[in-house]
Amino acid sequence: MGPKRLRAYNSCPVGLRDIPLVSTAEFRETVVRSVADGARLAALFGRPHGPNTLRLLAVLARSSEGALFIVETEVSDCYPSLTVDCPQAHWFEREMAEQWGVRPLGHPWLKPIRFHHSYRPGYDAWARSATEAIQPSVTDFFQVAGEEVHDVAVGPVHAGIIEPGHFRFQCHGENVYHLEISLGYQHRGVERAMLGGPTSRSAHYMETLAGDTSVGHMTAYCQAIEALQGCIVPARAYALRAVALEIERLANHTGDLGALAGDVGYLPTAAHCGRLRGDFLNLTALLCGNRFGRGLVRPGGVVFDLDADQAKLLLERIGRIYNNVTTAVDLLWKTPSVVGRFEKTGRVLRQTCEDLGLVGPAARACGLERDVRYEFPSGIYALRHIPIAIGETGDVFARAYVRWLEIQRSVAFIQEQLEMLPGGPIRAATGELPPERLVVSLAEGWRGEICHVAVTDVGGRFAHYKVVDPSFHNWMGLAMALRDQQISDFPLCNKSFNLSYCGHDL
Amino acid sequence: MLKELVARCKLGYGTIPFPAKEPILPDRYRGCPVVDAARCPGQCRVCAEVCPTSAVKVSADGLHLDLGRCLFCGECETACPVNAIRFSREYRMAARRRQDLVLPGTGTGTARALDARMKRLLGRALRLRQVSAGGCNACEADTNVLTTVVFDLGRFGIQFVASPRHADGILVTGPVTENMKPALIKTYEAVPAPKIVIAVGACAIAGGPYAGHKEVHDGVEGILPVDLYIPGCPPHPIVILDGLLRLLGRIGK
Repeated sequence: MGPKRLRAYNSCPVGLRDIPLVSTAEFRETVVRSVADGARLAALFGRPHGPNTLRLLAVLARSSEGALFIVETEVSDCYPSLTVDCPQAHWFEREMAEQWGVRPLGHPWLKPIRFHHSYRPGYDAWARSATEAIQPSVTDFFQVAGEEVHDVAVGPVHAGIIEPGHFRFQCHGENVYHLEISLGYQHRGVERAMLGGPTSRSAHYMETLAGDTSVGHMTAYCQAIEALQGCIVPARAYALRAVALEIERLANHTGDLGALAGDVGYLPTAAHCGRLRGDFLNLTALLCGNRFGRGLVRPGGVVFDLDADQAKLLLERIGRIYNNVTTAVDLLWKTPSVVGRFEKTGRVLRQTCEDLGLVGPAARACGLERDVRYEFPSGIYALRHIPIAIGETGDVFARAYVRWLEIQRSVAFIQEQLEMLPGGPIRAATGELPPERLVVSLAEGWRGEICHVAVTDVGGRFAHYKVVDPSFHNWMGLAMALRDQQISDFPLCNKSFNLSYCGHDL
Repeated sequence: MLKELVARCKLGYGTIPFPAKEPILPDRYRGCPVVDAARCPGQCRVCAEVCPTSAVKVSADGLHLDLGRCLFCGECETACPVNAIRFSREYRMAARRRQDLVLPGTGTGTARALDARMKRLLGRALRLRQVSAGGCNACEADTNVLTTVVFDLGRFGIQFVASPRHADGILVTGPVTENMKPALIKTYEAVPAPKIVIAVGACAIAGGPYAGHKEVHDGVEGILPVDLYIPGCPPHPIVILDGLLRLLGRIGK
């Protein structure tokens, strides 16, 4: 008799009442066992159920079966922490504590992650009053004591044009013992604003969860809406969405490779890739008029079509840009001083990567076959697989090289799609959402797994909307990569992950 | 060094000739909307209903569109049965005064240069500190892109600097979250006077998609004095560059 958990699939809705509600001990056992058995915690969140009860819901992703498992329990103001036996839960539990004032007893490092008041009146995990001001990063930090050990504090305002975050390094001379990352400066209350939706703003919230991942997040949102409604999306729309999603990946990966070059002082690739990233953004603008893909993807399909001439133009331009990217990026691998700086810097062990549940290029660079397009394919990816790009060494070099492999594969995929675009319409009609359903929607954004969970109420409105940006999993990976590195390598390590602050802060 | 030179020859020269020549914008680019209030009968209000940020208003004194709140999604254009709102391909949208962003109007896109004293101080070398205050990072990305070889901001004497102490002003993006407000104010205060403030994007001007959220302040307005508004979600880099150059008097009417 296996554990009680509901089997589901990417973008296949389930009835709320079909989700097994188990005791907290059993819930804990199910999550810990499933993770030990190779599943990954894709989402873990609380949703209020009456004035004093909170339901905790876990979504476990099991790649070998391409299946998701869902299980729920009820708690009031505390429960035994999962993190002790399942490190993947550590950030989720901090999030739940902050949002709902529920304490995971025994959590090794319980701190806020976004610095806002609890959403449940009368509940606060740190016993703060509802009126006292909460200031970002005013909290405990790791302390390392000893001769010549010092703290280096950076941010929230950084030196470049970059989002705000606060970093604390515990150093011994140049050597970093640990980096602690404190976020929340970009918190603008998106999840809460989604409640009671969809409204005319919902799509804009989704497109601005992380501005560089508009297509990725919007795809996840639309998959959720379409699945709930049972809407049949035209094949042509699926293909155009995938083309846009891969162009988004190309733009960001190219920009990242340029920025990594810049961080080791190799300016030729930095200059070329900065420009070529813009060329890719302009391809997105060719599709829909906006460089970030705003207004392209909508429930039911896509808003803009490509005629034969435009498809041809896109193919020509992508081929040309790709040749240029190849020229610019090849310089990196042929320059020993660059490779020498990339190799063995910011290494994350495969075991650490598994323990923390990292996703995206950061996980693939450690040798893990973790890619939604391959594990839980949806849309056009269900028909056409992209070979998965794997690294081995888990260092800056591997994270850079995985991006380069992905650029090559995404270009081939886009070319193939454009050459055989399905005919037919680009958008299907959408209607009302059904009552009391839950759907998990996964998409592979350029940073990794995007997970949205939508729950509808009796009236078919959003009773809950959960967003897990890939950065949510990966920020801790960056912290681990810094251990025993030189503090001067922080920019390089940081850029090799290039995580989203706003995607985390929501 | 040889391989770098070969690569440079292959890739060629990449800087656009703006502002000497008009920029090349995508065919589907949604620039400044044209509001033809005379066409609007004023009863249906469907444009106002579909607008996600209440940028479009139909009232007793007619149809108005506030560029500062506009996300340029085009929903109003699609919804309007009489073509009273049409998105043009006009990229000149920056304004010096908040009220100049309301269409139909006369102030949009013709942002006047700084006064003679400020222009003398900053016109040939403008140093800006960028502050990201709660947006989605798209405005930051398309501000940052100005520093690439394509736009080559340096040729106009404009530079983004690492410290407010080295800056002549700040360029703000994002709706100013509650959590970023103190850092924004501290950064502004650290800039030596006289100083300027530039608000880039719908969020920084009026809160963007987050307008009305209790977690944000609906933009810079009321927190810092704004000298230049650059609308968009996000603004195309050319819109930002055009605004900056007008402010410095590098582009006239």
